[in-house]
Amino acid sequence: MNAATFAVQLLNGVQYGLVLFLVASGLSLVFGILGVINLAHGAFYMLGAYLAYWLSAYTGNFLVALIGGTAIAFVIGLVLEEVFVKRMIGRDHLAQVLLSFGFILVIDESRQILFGKDVHSVPPPDWLKGSIQLTELLSYPIYRLALCVFCLIVAAIIFFVIQKTRLGMIIRAGAENRDMTRALGISFDRLNRYVFAGGIALAALGGILVAPVSTVFPGMGDGMLILSFVVVVLGGIGSVAGAAIGALLIGLTDTFGKVFFPQVSSILIYVLMAGILLWRPNGLLGKQGH
Amino acid sequence: MAKLPGATHVSSRFYRIALVASLLVSLVLPFVVPVYYVQFLSKAMLMGILALALNLVVGYGGLVSLCHAAFFGLAGYVLALTSPASGGASIFITLPLAMIVVAAVAAVIGALSLRTRGIYFIMATLAFGEMLFYLFHDTKIGGGSDGIYIYYEPEAVIAGFRLVDLGNKTHFYFVSLGALFLTLLFLKGLVGSPFGHALAAARDNERRALSLGFPVFGLRLAAFVISAVIAAVAGYLSAAQFGFVAPQMLGWHLSATVLVMVVLGGLSSLVGPLVGAIALMGLEEVLKSLFDNWKLVKGLIIIALVFLLPGGLQQLGALVMPERGEAPDTTGEAVEEKAHG
Amino acid sequence: MSKSDLIIRPDRRRFLLGASGLVAGASAFRFPTPAIAQGAPLKVGLMLPYSGTFGRLGQFIDNGFRLYAEQQGGKLGGRAIEFVQIDDESKPESATDNMNRLVGRDKVDIVVGTVHSGVAMAMVKVARDTNTMLVIPNAGVNEATGPLCAPHIFRTSFSNWQVCQPMGKVMFDAGHKNVATITWRYAAGQQMVDAFKEGFTAAGGKVVEDLAVPFPEVEFQALITRIATLKPDAVFAFFAGGGAVKFVRDYAAAGLSKSIPLYGAGFLTDGTLQAQGDAAEGIKTTLHYADNLDGATNKTFSEAFLKKTGKEGDIYAVQGYDAAALLDIGLKAVKGDFTARAPMVAAMRAAKIDSPRGPVSFNKGNNPVQDIYLREVRKGQNVKIGVAGKAVDDPARGCRA
Repeated sequence: MNAATFAVQLLNGVQYGLVLFLVASGLSLVFGILGVINLAHGAFYMLGAYLAYWLSAYTGNFLVALIGGTAIAFVIGLVLEEVFVKRMIGRDHLAQVLLSFGFILVIDESRQILFGKDVHSVPPPDWLKGSIQLTELLSYPIYRLALCVFCLIVAAIIFFVIQKTRLGMIIRAGAENRDMTRALGISFDRLNRYVFAGGIALAALGGILVAPVSTVFPGMGDGMLILSFVVVVLGGIGSVAGAAIGALLIGLTDTFGKVFFPQVSSILIYVLMAGILLWRPNGLLGKQGH
Repeated sequence: MAKLPGATHVSSRFYRIALVASLLVSLVLPFVVPVYYVQFLSKAMLMGILALALNLVVGYGGLVSLCHAAFFGLAGYVLALTSPASGGASIFITLPLAMIVVAAVAAVIGALSLRTRGIYFIMATLAFGEMLFYLFHDTKIGGGSDGIYIYYEPEAVIAGFRLVDLGNKTHFYFVSLGALFLTLLFLKGLVGSPFGHALAAARDNERRALSLGFPVFGLRLAAFVISAVIAAVAGYLSAAQFGFVAPQMLGWHLSATVLVMVVLGGLSSLVGPLVGAIALMGLEEVLKSLFDNWKLVKGLIIIALVFLLPGGLQQLGALVMPERGEAPDTTGEAVEEKAHG
Repeated sequence: MSKSDLIIRPDRRRFLLGASGLVAGASAFRFPTPAIAQGAPLKVGLMLPYSGTFGRLGQFIDNGFRLYAEQQGGKLGGRAIEFVQIDDESKPESATDNMNRLVGRDKVDIVVGTVHSGVAMAMVKVARDTNTMLVIPNAGVNEATGPLCAPHIFRTSFSNWQVCQPMGKVMFDAGHKNVATITWRYAAGQQMVDAFKEGFTAAGGKVVEDLAVPFPEVEFQALITRIATLKPDAVFAFFAGGGAVKFVRDYAAAGLSKSIPLYGAGFLTDGTLQAQGDAAEGIKTTLHYADNLDGATNKTFSEAFLKKTGKEGDIYAVQGYDAAALLDIGLKAVKGDFTARAPMVAAMRAAKIDSPRGPVSFNKGNNPVQDIYLREVRKGQNVKIGVAGKAVDDPARGCRA
């Protein structure tokens, strides 16, 4: 493999990792702030992709799909938090697992009723169509490059909010120590609602962004869910920086694994995870309290 | 947590009658219902064994595992991979082999996962279960995503005498019934033993258990491995029943479904998960024939279960017959959670 | 009561059983009722993917089958038929269950299905266990008419070997000495690639690397980059349905279609051309059908199919159509008496079908013997540019029927 194609593979891996980061950071924040395990996170990723298909087929405008789909997911998140998830806080994890498994079935079937079970592809916006020549043989689709840039922007916004704003301070404090933060008189009800809805919206956003480079199909959420879990285990619950490191690690492991060890590529990720669990049971940047 | 089941039920006459009645019914059933339903009942009993196995970890150990389907499926793959192309494998060799393989894998996964707590434990078991799923899904070991067929069911032959014919649906039914009965007996003995009490003590208050000198990690690991081995028996038989294994047998959707069975039947009793398994499978069969979108209904039922019936069907029983005593308590895990901040 | 209950299977095990076996045997035995004679409609189970990656394919097979039956006045061999439909979703893990439902609960007489090879294998297994007549209208898995062949299991489509082996010589003769292959890592993909390699290496070519992605994953970027690194003379690919659309588009978007020509099994460009657009132009594939086949049968078929469904017929529709034609021949030979299984099977095995694709007969494994065409995508059509193999007969390896 020469330097140029190595660079292209690196780009593939980073692009995959960036999408993974969007989805996984949402999951990690919901864990960290609400203390609620949400198995339906992948289902929202899938729902986002179908919303992208539906909205862009209806309006012919991918931008509308991007904004509209994320907004719809955010609202669904608000409603679910208010009606169900709120009552889950503090209950045992078993109940949370079951509730979110129920969500998955309901979301899957609703999607089937609304959009069917078919596989779809979503065209990228016209101004992002086409490819640019990277090496003598190889071109790279512009949309994929734009996807990287867009993910980087969203990541930057997330980091800015977490590190520099008052909201972010509360989130960090909440992830660090719930009881202490509450003792300081900070209300969690509103925060919980927005964090949950935000997490869902990030999952859906990931699905929407991926729709034009992947195909939209019913089972797409499952793989993403598991990968997001691995990212969170690697990075540490509630840590956005940890999610970023974990996501990039997995993106690169997966891409280069596919190239060099095609037979075992999907196992490599879990070997990586087992190693990290041995070394730091609560993730790279998680609290190592126990 | 509620009292350990089996030993202490005062109003157990009702249960004894119910037990004898269901045993009688289960003995007669295969001779009166069509073959399709004999097959279905066998399947339901195997799921029941899996649910019983999972409850050892979830109910008595307070550990929510999402990888038990992986043990279930792995055992099936052991059978598939050791079945010769020209005839049936011997059940007396391949079943113990499947149990040993699963025990070894469960020991590694358990040792790694038990280093973590709470949400991390759930996620770690989920991820390791999916690792096994992908091992069979993405590699050539077991026919990839297509799965493998077992063309000849395993043989139970001792010195030339065939004990049972696993290819015969009625025989298979009784083998499943026997396995179920043995599992129940074994688990009853186990949870009543000092081991079972220590496991429950660690669930209710880990710090206290540690300070009392219980080897909590070892106890949990042992429970995890034992439960995986029981799951392996169910998986082995399940593979033998349909002569087919696919990666989805190891997938976490099955793990989650079995968890639903456990909760539906009630965590705090020995037979609860079995009742849950049969109830859920029966429900699915009915829903399938009634609705196209039966999974939607199933999802709604699960959500309702979480909010309205956290103690499972048992709680329903308690509501109907309030004199039966306190509602089962499922907060054991929450206690443990608090202990770990 | 199903027909399968009526046929007493020689089962050496039953003789070995003790008393319990007799009891069990007695409970399973039921008296044959002559009620299901000529009058009652024959129950045909259609187990096809009506949704998912192969959903469109299932629809076309279904329509093709029904079209033939309608042309016969809703009958096959003079016998009225009724359909029981089940969506297999191309999921092997639920295939055994679905097939048992059809055979055990719905008591169908004949099963027609399916597209996905893994699902078809489960169907073959149940069909063998229950002695149910099965006609496979697509899945090309070699075993179905190889080691697992049985007199009552037919296929009206192709074997994976059959479609791809002739491509080996075609590519070598076109001057491609080093070739990379890419497919889904599942039985069908593996067998197609293996058959291609068999033909290609026999001709003298060299396969530089076999690439594969898990089914039904469609993220090809890393492997397409890998192809650019390998710089083979050409690429042989097998994908179908949504995956084929995605791969062909990604391959073109990566700019490789200009420098490394793409070849494949016909499914790469069949039923997918509209979605693939310009990206598919120039791709050469082998298949037992092409869009512009002349011949009266194809013309009549195409017109009738268009009239019935409003859609252009394709190979999947033809395979469904021929499945009905084959059953029609068998049932005609026994005047609609489905219980006369042996003469019916004999007639089906000897059948010469004048198919829209060309003449079709059957080999010892009940797999069709047929011409394999070389096609090229020109202006959104799979145009026949030659014959890759004349009357190609699958070797039916391992078939002892």
